[in-house]
Amino acid sequence: MYALVDGNNFYVSCERVFRPSLNGRPVVVLSNNDGCAIARSNEAKALGIKMGAPWFQIRHFEESAGLVALSANFALYGDMSDRMMSLAAGLGHHQEVYSIDESFIDLTDIKGDITERSRRIRHRILKWIGIACGIGIGPTKTLAKLANHIAKTAERKPGSYPDHHAQVCNLGNLAPMELDALMLATQVGEVWGVGRRIGAQLKEAGIHTVLDLARLDPVMVKRRWSVVLERTVRELQGTDCMVLEHEPPAKQEIACTRSFGHAVLELSALQEAVTEFASRAAQKLRLQNGHAGQVLTFIRTSPFRAQDLQYSRSTVVPLRRPTHDSRDISQAALLGLQAIFRPGYRYAKAGVMLLDLRPADLIQQELALEDDVADPGASRLMQALDAVNQRFGRNTVTLASAGLAGEQRQWCMKQERRTPGYTTEWDGLALVRA
Amino acid sequence: MNHELLSFDQPIPLSQVSTLVSVLPCRVAAGFPSPADDHAVQRVDLMAQLIKHPQATFLLRVRGESMKDAGIFDNDVVLVDRAITARSGHIVIAMVDGEFVCKTLWQRCGRMKLKAANVTFPDINPADGQTVEIWGVVVASIKQFKA
Repeated sequence: MYALVDGNNFYVSCERVFRPSLNGRPVVVLSNNDGCAIARSNEAKALGIKMGAPWFQIRHFEESAGLVALSANFALYGDMSDRMMSLAAGLGHHQEVYSIDESFIDLTDIKGDITERSRRIRHRILKWIGIACGIGIGPTKTLAKLANHIAKTAERKPGSYPDHHAQVCNLGNLAPMELDALMLATQVGEVWGVGRRIGAQLKEAGIHTVLDLARLDPVMVKRRWSVVLERTVRELQGTDCMVLEHEPPAKQEIACTRSFGHAVLELSALQEAVTEFASRAAQKLRLQNGHAGQVLTFIRTSPFRAQDLQYSRSTVVPLRRPTHDSRDISQAALLGLQAIFRPGYRYAKAGVMLLDLRPADLIQQELALEDDVADPGASRLMQALDAVNQRFGRNTVTLASAGLAGEQRQWCMKQERRTPGYTTEWDGLALVRA
Repeated sequence: MNHELLSFDQPIPLSQVSTLVSVLPCRVAAGFPSPADDHAVQRVDLMAQLIKHPQATFLLRVRGESMKDAGIFDNDVVLVDRAITARSGHIVIAMVDGEFVCKTLWQRCGRMKLKAANVTFPDINPADGQTVEIWGVVVASIKQFKA
């Protein structure tokens, strides 16, 4: 049996913990550069604001409905996530943190009433950190995810499902008739792993509800669609096909890309940005103990500014030898940038992607016939770099070509509406009137 | 590696033969044993003393003088534990009209009010229908001095 614990409207909920005045008002959290809505309060959902809605399209609600829009404050969400995950872990013996606001818990060997236990954990998370969660329980991960959808929808839209499934929904102890009724009341597109494209295909084939999907023959599904959808069908039928992943699998590529706050014209500013992105990516690479073989750099203008001349180009620079050294990776990225940069364009976005990743302990030995032997101290230098930045804050020590830190950098993100680091900065603590 | 399978005209592959080395988990002292060894204790852990529920503990900065008789002054940082259920007499963080306020919780016979610890400040008596929600219980206050 699995449980899926998921924070409701997580980013908005985190903001509300420290800004009680946001309670009861429509609130959205905007993506990088205040681009589009990535989290919505129930009140914002009720206004018809869709996930991913661009800010300029919903901006009028500020005046007409008192909508509050905030820039994403990932330092805050990360800390609150950490607190939530460690409380959710108390539900069972093993936990898989699936995203910033979701974790699967393996309920094997948990004695007693699981639904009651889940309600207690949910209450504890709400009281201790102020985040309301939905908890879904089922014999497979796909069913737990479905139960979670039911738990959250039953609470948000009374009448959509029977009331007693609100907040905590356990599909594991239902009579077959009851389970069928819930599946019949749920659109097939809500099933985990059924994307928009597959969802449309299924509806075309007359499969509209989860129950329709669960009643298909897995062998036929595999033949007609894919092995992935077959697994989904089997999971809906109660066959456990996905195990808990305790450690996130090593990423196959690592990217650090960002849109600029303002258009960038100068090569020097792009060089600063690309150096920073390369360093950030290299740090992520070291975290998963990997080496990269190639570095992709791209720059482009804004496709949303039709009046601008458009330009978009990327290039891949292979590394002399696979490495996780920020210096070598930045150098390759800058070489790539040099090759694709053309003056006269208003650049809106740049990025660095590390490709051809492999574990750092797989090293191909070579005969030292050339002068440029590998720097034996590089690993320790990078360890020291990461340790210093961990201890004294991000960007304490950077490569010189990243430029000086600070808001004056013209390529910095636009985050005009960001709340302080309430739990991560001494100077950002929430204020209380006495 | 089985060397007998290799003939003499073939190069022998170079490899690092791993060897198990046992490292004893202690230092062997040649002199007189330290008399302190038998009395090894942990250094006082300030965090463990102050923070009983790490996930539920938050810091807030105080603005105002209404709690000065309770030892909480302007610009102090209070440690707030949300895991504790507030009782009458606790110093609490409450949410009043969308704002955090720090006061002493007073409850009797189903009535509640938020009392200031400074005679020049009024207590907060929630009007009928006005909800005052308790956000957390203050368990410590930090005052930093110039040094």
